[in-house]
Amino acid sequence: MTNYLLEMRHITKTFPGVKALDNVNLQVEEGEIHALVGENGAGKSTLMNVLSGIYPYGTYEGDIVYNGKECKFNSIKDSEKLGIVIIHQELALVPEMTIGENMYLGNERGHRLAIDWNTTYSEADKYLRMVGLSESSKTQVKDIGTGKQQLVEIAKALAKQAKLLILDEPTSSLNEEDSRALLDLMLGFKKQGMTMIIISHKLNEVAYVADKITVIRDGTTIETIDNHGREPVSEERIIKGMVGREMTNRFPKREKVKIGDVMLEVDNWTVHHPLYPERKVVDNVSMFVRKGEVVGIYGLMGAGRTELAMSIFGQSYGVNITGQLKINGREVHLKKSASDAIKHGIAYVTEDRKGNGLVLSQSIKVNTSLAHLDAVSSHTVIDGDKEYAVAEEYREKLKTKTPTVEQLVGNLSGGNQQKVLLAKWMFAEQDIMLLDEPTRGIDVGAKYEIYCIINDLAAAGKSVVMISSELPEVLAMSDRIYIMNEGRFVGEMKASEATQEKIMAVILQSGRSA
Amino acid sequence: MNENRMSVGAFFQKYTMVIALVAVVIFFAIATGGNSLMPGSINNLISQNGYVFVLAAGMLLCILTGGNIDLSVGSVVCFTAAVGCVLMANKVNMWIAVLAMLGIGLLIGIFQGFWIAKLRVPAFIATLSGMYAFRGFSNVVLGGFRVDITNDQFLILFGGGRECYVPDYIRQWMGTTGKPNLTCLAIGAVTILVYILMTVRKILVQRKLNIHQSIPGQVITTVLISGVVGFIVWQLSNLRGFPTVLIWIALVLGIYQYITTKTAMGRHLYAVGGNEKATALSGVKTRNVYWFAYASMGLMAGLAGILTAARAKGIDPVYGEGYEMDAIASCFIGGASAYGGIGKVSGMIIGAVLMGVINQGMNMVGVDSNLQKVVKGLVLLGAVIFDVLSKRQKR
Repeated sequence: MTNYLLEMRHITKTFPGVKALDNVNLQVEEGEIHALVGENGAGKSTLMNVLSGIYPYGTYEGDIVYNGKECKFNSIKDSEKLGIVIIHQELALVPEMTIGENMYLGNERGHRLAIDWNTTYSEADKYLRMVGLSESSKTQVKDIGTGKQQLVEIAKALAKQAKLLILDEPTSSLNEEDSRALLDLMLGFKKQGMTMIIISHKLNEVAYVADKITVIRDGTTIETIDNHGREPVSEERIIKGMVGREMTNRFPKREKVKIGDVMLEVDNWTVHHPLYPERKVVDNVSMFVRKGEVVGIYGLMGAGRTELAMSIFGQSYGVNITGQLKINGREVHLKKSASDAIKHGIAYVTEDRKGNGLVLSQSIKVNTSLAHLDAVSSHTVIDGDKEYAVAEEYREKLKTKTPTVEQLVGNLSGGNQQKVLLAKWMFAEQDIMLLDEPTRGIDVGAKYEIYCIINDLAAAGKSVVMISSELPEVLAMSDRIYIMNEGRFVGEMKASEATQEKIMAVILQSGRSA
Repeated sequence: MNENRMSVGAFFQKYTMVIALVAVVIFFAIATGGNSLMPGSINNLISQNGYVFVLAAGMLLCILTGGNIDLSVGSVVCFTAAVGCVLMANKVNMWIAVLAMLGIGLLIGIFQGFWIAKLRVPAFIATLSGMYAFRGFSNVVLGGFRVDITNDQFLILFGGGRECYVPDYIRQWMGTTGKPNLTCLAIGAVTILVYILMTVRKILVQRKLNIHQSIPGQVITTVLISGVVGFIVWQLSNLRGFPTVLIWIALVLGIYQYITTKTAMGRHLYAVGGNEKATALSGVKTRNVYWFAYASMGLMAGLAGILTAARAKGIDPVYGEGYEMDAIASCFIGGASAYGGIGKVSGMIIGAVLMGVINQGMNMVGVDSNLQKVVKGLVLLGAVIFDVLSKRQKR
């Protein structure tokens, strides 16, 4: 008889019109790391929201048994009281407040009328050490990097006396190094008896850290894979469960494309931080991309990749930008606006589709035409039929899954949102496509389709720059790879000559020499 | 069965305010023994609330940009009206006065929009200072006293005095007099016909493009709206025909409907309100969008100033107080989002009519004027609460 800390039995949750969860069963043993995997929209987050009381008792069917007792949570407070703490994918820290203030937000130390700051900060420091941070808890959150912010979130959960820690995509915004550190931290917690549930798209991480892997597809539990064997379970094995078929190729074949002249050239490009102008975020970078070429920029999070792309895109990021920009061999001076960059044929497909990319409250149609409204209007009056036809054309071309293009983008899954974002820039008919993490946070099937789109773009003679922190993706998709670290380009290789080891070696070396 | 119930729920959610409006109209029709539906009442409802429709149209654009409001419009209405009245009192040509009023409104809008769009002064503060400043200017221009309008042409054209109705050209041509007003009926009939033809075209295009929209639903909506418009036109034609102010209201609403649904600028307004960063990165000059919204608001304040002065046959230094709130309330009751990016002209019209009907109904029933304010406040709160709740359910 195994000792289950948590059992979720026959959970069914219906939203108006859709069954999000259909008879889901989840059993988590005390002291294990249990992974929950599934494609976007499979129902992982819904399940965790049921568990944590965000969807209160009575809005779903089924039972939650925690520590041998049946639970009826009405809010997050109820579940947190029992030590079930969820860390959401989007960091929920207030940048302008200190780490200590953030950690005890809503859980303040002291008594009703006054916060006891000494206790707050001393306890906060204690938990920060536990997650391996040496920062003072009086540091403002905005002054530490994303990786450390994620650790602060974990410290915050520990401060709530967590017994069952749920981490929703904890590494989605971390680089490989920070991710690895986080996973090792989890393994350390496990040794101390903590039980954890991790939701992740990164299957290698799941295989590395989890004891058991439960696969959810279309709102039902498919299987629970045991990962206790000597060899970690293979990614292919997990994917098979997730998509219901074998994925033989994770990357589409690249056709031989005729690579043409240099389209975009950047020389000695230096960008300073907008808030701290003395800090160089991009440091003397030179690069070029040819017509029909896919150039990968690999670098860890915080290496300055996004900042490089956005500063090229009409100085949408940064101050005191110096350097030369040549398009088609001619030097151009872009005014400080995205519209000027667009006029020169540059598109920037953001990594942050919800924040910088899409208008979630508007339809697919509206989002598709937004960057190129001129093409569907005459004298600034929009031709509705034409616009609809365009949106429909791109829906078909990119295989966006939606009943109609009048659907609000906010209602789509991550993969489909990404397709809408790509559709917007494909419709804008730009020659230079700067793709920033084009497959972030989307499932395997949708990734494959997006890779196909990238290949098609190159085949059509566009110059594609693909920024990514996933090495296999960079290696498989690019013709040429730039390696970026700490604001500088530290290496360049042909994809045919590059390997994971070589690239990591370049980064390590650059770190040492600096 | 289950699906059917769902669609009923969705129906209520979508048409809450329409249903509320129908309920309120029926309630007051019963409470006043049918008086509230008589031609005179309908005529008054339109004439009294002309300024609300005009201001709410302008306000909608500001709200769309991100829940920004313009607090200065009440004072700007008074100021533009004051300038116009003083000009006319000094025997300046009426058209010059009209142009001055519109022009001043527009300039004020551009002025305030400059701070909001270019220097990123919060709209609330920029327009709050405008609210104080232009109230003060109004007093200065008027010297603290009421100024009357004696220009009959102005009054007739903009809806003040006895004869501010569209004359019955058809009966004049036929050489007869009497009721109903045939011109009024003819215009009403043409309007309904055009509306029906537009719906038919829309349905045909939808079929061609394979958009699955409930055709019976659209037909029912069209029939109901045509019915309501027909009823109003019939009642008006049995009084004196269209009040001239209705022409201005219709013109403004038509233009704003067009801007919000058909033009690139309209699209940009929604996009900026929905996600400003994404809109800017799509190459839209977002500052110009803000500027446009506030400039248009200023222009509408100028027009509302004209209508207000005409209706009151003059201007007092305290006129226009609270007008901004009527406009804001109409937009929010009509379903505009306080965070921007969501809101329609049609919704705003419903909101404004609902407020107007409640106002007038309470007056006719004889509710104390202080109590009336309480009711108005509760209606606004109720509408927004409902909006918030229905959105939460969707999640």
